[in-house]
Amino acid sequence: MYVNRSAPHGTIYAHEGLEVVLVGAAFDQEVSMAFVGDGVFQLKQAQDTSGIGTKNFAGAYRALADYDVTRLYVETESLEERGLTVGDLMPLTYEDDEDDDQEKSSITLIDRASLGQLFEAQDVILNF
Amino acid sequence: MLHTVNKSPYQSDALTTCFGLAQPGSAVLLIEDGIYGAMNNTKFSTAIVIAQQCCTIYVLEPDLQARGFDSDCIMNAIQTIDYDGFVSLAETYSVVQAW
Amino acid sequence: MSFDVNGRSYETDEEGYLADLSEWSSDVAGHMAELDDCDLTDSHWEVINFLREYYEEYQIAPAVRVLTKAIGKRLGKEKGNSKYLYELFPYGPAKQACKYAGLPKPTGCV
Repeated sequence: MYVNRSAPHGTIYAHEGLEVVLVGAAFDQEVSMAFVGDGVFQLKQAQDTSGIGTKNFAGAYRALADYDVTRLYVETESLEERGLTVGDLMPLTYEDDEDDDQEKSSITLIDRASLGQLFEAQDVILNF
Repeated sequence: MLHTVNKSPYQSDALTTCFGLAQPGSAVLLIEDGIYGAMNNTKFSTAIVIAQQCCTIYVLEPDLQARGFDSDCIMNAIQTIDYDGFVSLAETYSVVQAW
Repeated sequence: MSFDVNGRSYETDEEGYLADLSEWSSDVAGHMAELDDCDLTDSHWEVINFLREYYEEYQIAPAVRVLTKAIGKRLGKEKGNSKYLYELFPYGPAKQACKYAGLPKPTGCV
């Protein structure tokens, strides 16, 4: 599991972390992502970096489904602390090939206690 | 004095330390990840309201847009400015404290 | 590294990928293919154009597995398989086609 704790654009962590996830997924690893703390800002919709002259890598989160990365856990408390709701995040979906290609959301809201337990169940955790 | 804060208030105490030390009449400009301090309905809202009693708070619009926010998302009375506005502030206040 | 097309010089990295995506043109693609002794047909262009659109939308150059799946969805099953794509781009469909499309080397490629 990749744990994303950094806001996008201000530092390189979010972008680098996403690249690492895509590389791992390209090698057929089973990958999930958690967004905690400032990491939830990575999924904010309507990011437009044209004014600051950097690459807008937000589009790449929508490619995660193509890489079969379809489990994105977003911590509810982190959203609330930042005045955000799930409606402020970009809609990320995948087609479930085990369920008649139904379109489903890749984003799962999870509370802090449950996320802590989910960490315990991982083989490897990488933080960005 | 012009204070610029470029760090997320959730990651660093730059914003609160800045508010503690800023003297009346100062300007505080939130840039880069510092813009997250300007949002509505956060634990920093009270500190912003108090700081506004003696300082003027600005936020850099291109940094807001990059992060998916607009002027509707930030607290009332915080002014959005562009890069030209940033330059004007730096001219108005001869000393800049970059947090 | 660099090469010249129509009197203009283009910078590339050490593997021949275009340094500045915005400098790309179809003539540049043709020249890169020529260097590899590859004649670009409509079938090649279909993949190259697909990759440029993909990059425009997602800001990444897809890995070969992802490209194959996405091509299948867009252009049909008979094109969305490794055999078809490797026949077009024998050096590796993602690597070679991304190069001609002016994109960086695909994420997840070594």
